[in-house]
Amino acid sequence: MAILEVEHICKTFEKTEVLKDISFSLEEGQVLSIIGSSGSGKTTLLRCLNFLERPDSGIIRVCGETLYDGRNPSVMRDAETRKKRLHFGLVFQSFNLFPQYTALENVMLAKELLAKEQPDYKARKREIHEEIRVLAEELLRQMGLSDRMSNYPHQLSGGQCQRVAIARALALKPDILCFDEPTSALDPELTGEVLKVMKELADQKTTMIIVTHEMAFARDVASHVIFMDDGYILEQGTPKQVFENSHEERTRQFLSRFTQG
Amino acid sequence: MELMLEQMPIVIRSLNVGFLQTLKLFAVTLLGAVPLGLVIAFGSMSRFRPLAYVTKIIVWIIRGTPLMIQLLIIYYFPGLVLKNPIWGGGEAGRFLAASVSFIFNYACYFSEIYRGGIQSVPVGQEEAGLVLGMTRSQIFFKVTLLQMIKRIVPPMSNEIITLVKDTSLARIIALQEIIWAGQAFMKGSQGISGAIWPLFFTAVYYLIFSGILTVLLGRLEKKLDYFR
Repeated sequence: MAILEVEHICKTFEKTEVLKDISFSLEEGQVLSIIGSSGSGKTTLLRCLNFLERPDSGIIRVCGETLYDGRNPSVMRDAETRKKRLHFGLVFQSFNLFPQYTALENVMLAKELLAKEQPDYKARKREIHEEIRVLAEELLRQMGLSDRMSNYPHQLSGGQCQRVAIARALALKPDILCFDEPTSALDPELTGEVLKVMKELADQKTTMIIVTHEMAFARDVASHVIFMDDGYILEQGTPKQVFENSHEERTRQFLSRFTQG
Repeated sequence: MELMLEQMPIVIRSLNVGFLQTLKLFAVTLLGAVPLGLVIAFGSMSRFRPLAYVTKIIVWIIRGTPLMIQLLIIYYFPGLVLKNPIWGGGEAGRFLAASVSFIFNYACYFSEIYRGGIQSVPVGQEEAGLVLGMTRSQIFFKVTLLQMIKRIVPPMSNEIITLVKDTSLARIIALQEIIWAGQAFMKGSQGISGAIWPLFFTAVYYLIFSGILTVLLGRLEKKLDYFR
């Protein structure tokens, strides 16, 4: 069964239709890349999945559970939305690390706040704190940041910040990890180190949705590619289908610089 | 000169008593206005429009009229117009009325500084908190607040130092703060009259106190330098 099913999502800002009838599904352990020109709706789609925007219509289902149904959106209370968000993680283009916390604290913070809601929190406070710290350290090591744990974000390079942000998202063990142009703010060298850890996550069968302009990465790492244009999904399929046998003229046009170069 | 030395202990004792009142008003105002300002700031940023409008009008009135008028109205209105002198008589009543006026007035100024501070924290910080499953209040207290404080230390320092000197306005309702104490020796008090030099001494009290505050607030600013 698909881990994520998205059906007929539409979203309008003021009078601009940003998403037009978006449907796709994703299997567990797969990597979905969403490509397309700026303004095609990729970021809005990710923001809808993370409930930062509310779709006007459509259905979002995770592991068979309906998280959002545009037909009765009024049932979404703040506390519910918060729980539903935890199915997804989101890594932002601009990292959005918390500047007043060290790398380690950034990774631990949300998990610690959530732990306070556990019934046994008071009794096992120290133990829980310790578990979270061990997990956070392990994640940062995995991101190649073992010697950067007690640094503050402004003391880190962009690539290091983004890797902390990835660890921070992973700490909550989301079902699906989303990336919104994670390397667009980075130079080629730093881009490489971030893509490397994302590749490792893909190899470990982490379910991911990656909005990206890194075409080579989309082609080589993704199991599935969606090409979006003007709010529509114009084309989707395996990387081979989309990159080498695109049906649509618009897709070929968009990819031309990449495929020729 | 000899006379002045003789009078000095009397004057200093008197000024100390006045300064204590100044300090008390300063401390009470700060303790009340710092949190109340936050409440007003949230009111003016509320998505519930009527609340935002009402709050903005209150802030406009308080900031748009002299604190001295507010002191007079708050102190005299209940007794003279409502025939219900809620403040009670004496120094304690005057202090209470002065505290209320100062807290309201300063809370309104603080609220605008807070609003600026909160709104200058990038929206990405809140979004990062939301996708990490934090509640709105967790985001405010664990993420936004410290970043806001860092940004508002310089403008708040300004207001706090202004407050030190503004406390002297309370003498309009005869609160016996330090200027009142100093001025008393011009009119005549405890056998000393026509002396202006005690007033210069009051200025020294202000200078020293605002100097201490400047150093403390500077330290706070340094302390928050560990992040950007």
